[in-house]
Amino acid sequence: MRYLCLVYFEPSRLASFTKSEGAALTNESIAYNEELQRSGRYVQAHALQSVEEAMTVRVRNGAMSATDGPFAETREVLGGFILIEAPDLNAAVTIAAGIPLARFGSVEVRPIQEMEKT
Amino acid sequence: MATGGDAGNVDAIYRAEARRVFATLVRLLHDFDLAEEALHDAFIAAAEQWPRDGFPSNPRAWLVSAGRFKAIDRLRRKARFEAAGEDLAMLIEERAEATETGAVEDDRLRLIFTCCHPALGSDAQVAMTLREVYGLTTEEIARAFLVRPPAIAQRIVRAKAKIRDDRIPFAVPEGDDLGERLEAVLRVIYLVFNEGYAASSGASLTRPDLSAEAVRLGRMLAGLLPDPEALGLLGLMLLQESRRAARVSGDGDLVLLADQDRSLWDRAMIAEGTALVARAMATRTIGVYTLQAAIAAVHAKAPDAGATDWAGIVRLYDILARADPAPVVALNRAVAVTMRDGPAAGLALIDDLLAGGDLAGFHLAHSARAGSAALRRRAPPTGGRWRWSARNRSGASSPAASPNSARLDPRPCRAPARRGWPSGGGARRSDRRGRGRRGSATSRRYWRAQRRAPAPFRARWSP
Repeated sequence: MRYLCLVYFEPSRLASFTKSEGAALTNESIAYNEELQRSGRYVQAHALQSVEEAMTVRVRNGAMSATDGPFAETREVLGGFILIEAPDLNAAVTIAAGIPLARFGSVEVRPIQEMEKT
Repeated sequence: MATGGDAGNVDAIYRAEARRVFATLVRLLHDFDLAEEALHDAFIAAAEQWPRDGFPSNPRAWLVSAGRFKAIDRLRRKARFEAAGEDLAMLIEERAEATETGAVEDDRLRLIFTCCHPALGSDAQVAMTLREVYGLTTEEIARAFLVRPPAIAQRIVRAKAKIRDDRIPFAVPEGDDLGERLEAVLRVIYLVFNEGYAASSGASLTRPDLSAEAVRLGRMLAGLLPDPEALGLLGLMLLQESRRAARVSGDGDLVLLADQDRSLWDRAMIAEGTALVARAMATRTIGVYTLQAAIAAVHAKAPDAGATDWAGIVRLYDILARADPAPVVALNRAVAVTMRDGPAAGLALIDDLLAGGDLAGFHLAHSARAGSAALRRRAPPTGGRWRWSARNRSGASSPAASPNSARLDPRPCRAPARRGWPSGGGARRSDRRGRGRRGSATSRRYWRAQRRAPAPFRARWSP
């Protein structure tokens, strides 16, 4: 089954890292992705730019509205994702626990809903 | 290296060997999650290398060795970021790598005992056994127990953390501990069995066949550790499973033992179950599972309900009542006495039990009493035998909730199972512990079943 690991963290927390701390975390994150690739667990992964760069789009009654950033009031924001292939939810949770950013933020593990045309 | 083979062969070896290799990797790596990843890595390597280089002569040993090296590699790569990784990798390198068959079978036993460790709650023991020992996925276990997968996932995560934090040893208990710890293992397997056995009606048909999984687990355990009670439990499950096709009518109603079409009983299972009972009885160390299996075997032997050896069943209940003085055992015995001696004798026993108070709130006791009283109002049979019959008119209610299932079918319903029947003292202790935790879905379902009103009931003669 495929699971999406959504990585949330507080941007201010990461902003407080020194340059070398930030570089170490980035290298570790890249190494973990490589580890997942090596073991065939990896489907796709990306870090996201900050919410300041984001737009939120809605269409209501045929009219589109676009606003700055996500509306979320929470301090943790979606900062990246890893789509993995795992045999079950516990295996996915174990993999999610290995994501370096799980030490600083949180990882939401969501089973992929396969959509079928009816 | 043997030659030939393809990806299909790797799949077949995966199905046959994965859980064994996993058990050995847990021993070597001292870590469930690392072992799981190592197992996966080993099979990835096998799928790449075997079709190209030829199949190893001992695939299991190859896989254990590959898994161990993959785990060390993983820890070394991690050591670039975490200081502890290198130490762990070195520790694992030093550990012995025993992969000969004897040691590997021991590893499976070790794994069972670890997953059923008394420090883990009953729900966690079941989830851990089904996933780690047997290899069901979290989602499959959740479907089987009608709970959401995250609930099962959390049980497993917490159980693994508990095993790690409490340093629960990966070992087969020895000496005096073995008996009590084995009871916990048997109880887990029987719980899984009953979960599946109770589910054989209505919407529950879509649930994975837990009874079959439990029989396989029981078979594995009896093979690894031929303790008389392990044999007894396997016999009991086979004898109950043999009646599966006859247990539920076309409408999904429970069919009582007395009314079952015995031509539907699975004779091969009965033969195997009966032989296991004989093997267990021959050891002269007879426990509660063996006794229940022996009772089931007496039923299985009768060509029709009227020909049941009730005197033999009462004798077995006499011993069982001494081994497990639970009130519900006494109730089952009282019903057997009714069948042997007539309703007056049974009624007196049931009234004594109700007066004792332990069963006063237990609807099976009241319906058993009503049944005995109804029988007594009729003329005694001439030449015929006493016979119960009941029809469950409530339709969709589960067989386990039927008030009659405990009487003629020696398989206890869920309610008595929580009261200590049939697992004996050890299980009762853990059940008492578990009683406060009604939050889990499994125990919630149990309480619902217990509170369900008794189904309408009638008694009649056998011809």
